[in-house]
Amino acid sequence: MKKSKSPYFFIAPAIALLLIFSIIPIFIAVTISFTDMSLAGLADFSRINFVGLDNYLNIFNDKVFGQAMFNTAYYVIIGVPLVIIASLALAIMINFGENKFFSFMRLVFYSPSITNTVAVSVVWMYLYNPTIGLLNHLLSYVNVGPIMWLTDPSTSKLSLIIIAVWKAIGLNMLIFLAAIQGIPKEYYEAAEIDGANKWQQILKITIPLLKFSIFFVTVTTLIGWFQFFDEPFVMTKGGPLDSTLSVALFIYQRGFQYNKFGYAAAGSVILFIAIIIVTGIQMKIQTKQKENEG
Amino acid sequence: MQSHKNAQMSFKLFIGILLGVLGVMTFFPFLWMIFSSFKTNAEINQIVPSLLPKEATFDNFKELFFRLNFGTYLKNTLIITACSFLGLLLNAMAGYGFAKFDFKGKNWLFMMVLATMMIPGQVTMIPVYLLLNSVGLTNTLIGIVLPGLAGAFGIFLFRQFMNTISNEMLEAARLDGASEWYIFFKIILPVSRPILAVQGILTFIGGWNSFLWPLIIANDEKYYTLSVGLQLLQGQHGTNYALQMAGATFMVIPILIVFSIFQKYILQGFNVSGIK
Repeated sequence: MKKSKSPYFFIAPAIALLLIFSIIPIFIAVTISFTDMSLAGLADFSRINFVGLDNYLNIFNDKVFGQAMFNTAYYVIIGVPLVIIASLALAIMINFGENKFFSFMRLVFYSPSITNTVAVSVVWMYLYNPTIGLLNHLLSYVNVGPIMWLTDPSTSKLSLIIIAVWKAIGLNMLIFLAAIQGIPKEYYEAAEIDGANKWQQILKITIPLLKFSIFFVTVTTLIGWFQFFDEPFVMTKGGPLDSTLSVALFIYQRGFQYNKFGYAAAGSVILFIAIIIVTGIQMKIQTKQKENEG
Repeated sequence: MQSHKNAQMSFKLFIGILLGVLGVMTFFPFLWMIFSSFKTNAEINQIVPSLLPKEATFDNFKELFFRLNFGTYLKNTLIITACSFLGLLLNAMAGYGFAKFDFKGKNWLFMMVLATMMIPGQVTMIPVYLLLNSVGLTNTLIGIVLPGLAGAFGIFLFRQFMNTISNEMLEAARLDGASEWYIFFKIILPVSRPILAVQGILTFIGGWNSFLWPLIIANDEKYYTLSVGLQLLQGQHGTNYALQMAGATFMVIPILIVFSIFQKYILQGFNVSGIK
């Protein structure tokens, strides 16, 4: 290790960009959230007024924001466990084989993760189409449906969750797979000699040793679902009847469609605080578990 | 022992079949998309659909490029993707700085970098728009690229990898009088090839797929990216599913090809990242 000025030259560009585009914007967002900034204020700063807590008081009385909060909670509560269970199960299954077939399957399950949300939405909009869509056509063979998928408030949220889970599995599966492959083979050999079957090995060796990966995936997935945006934005615009509106989409609409920057910023600060709280709780649980293990 | 082996084999076969079925279900939307992109819109609207097109046609793709502006969108997307590789270099430099030097403020600066991962895009969206607007960078390609150049996840992965490079090699080079830049470009970067590959692929995917930020920053159609163009197409030709499928296919296929070529590096990359 060398002490000199040169490390600063190496880190300076990246740090400067992060400061300008991540750190400073938080303080700007908090500041704007106490003002009535709108499109008029963008052209002429003197037309921005300090309004104190008005934005926050109004947003908590805003029925649409309440609906967006409810929907986001719904997405998080249903989506997060689904993503974790599905990607963990697939990673364990793929890890059973080493041949070409299994590595091909890895590519197959990863493919939705790397593809563009707009492209994917276009495809699913068609599959979900109530009259000419493929899904209802297939369901008609077993005398189910037709389901209205995206156009009925009672199924719209779940329809979006299906796509988002399908899309999220790949990356998390790879993280689990990398961690599984880091587990020493001897553990399984020893368990085999003791007569443990595959199922017992998964429960007693694989999952306990994946604790950190599961924690990592849980935190990143939670943060991701809190910011659920792309699918409702492209596919439903938050409808029908605001049934798919997420907090993130609410912020975007108020900010960039209604030009109520101050109001939208207040929404974004609330979202940020919610994410900090939930992540903090996760961290607490994680450190508690570590302490218990001594 | 033999029966144990047999049980093992049939178990593996069962898992294989299960994976195969799930895999077909997972990939099916893409298959449907690809085949539909060669159908006429009349055929797509048939009540009894079939996977394969009856008469394959390239008309949808031709329309995208000749009548709609997909050529321009493609050019913009490629420029943005190429520029985002500059960010890759900046992240590698920062990762090297954090991995191989001791300096004042190192720990809290690194914590700050990691903390930026928690900041939702929606919080920075409005302020960054206002910042770029005040310096006249809205509606430019620079404005689209700049905010995404440096990224905490990239810096973190580079640091993790570069921690494993031996210090002796660097010291030896310094004794020989090599400059810090020489060391970085001639020793560090070549040794870091595996992690550069992972980051390179992720950078390509990110640039190719970038959507929300170009949508916010670009008001003028001549700065649209492919995904923004596709979104526009969906709004304007909402009932022409064949055309939309062709646009979607054009966005998805390059990524799948790039990924299938490089996928083994990605898995290795996650291994070295030490997520355990």
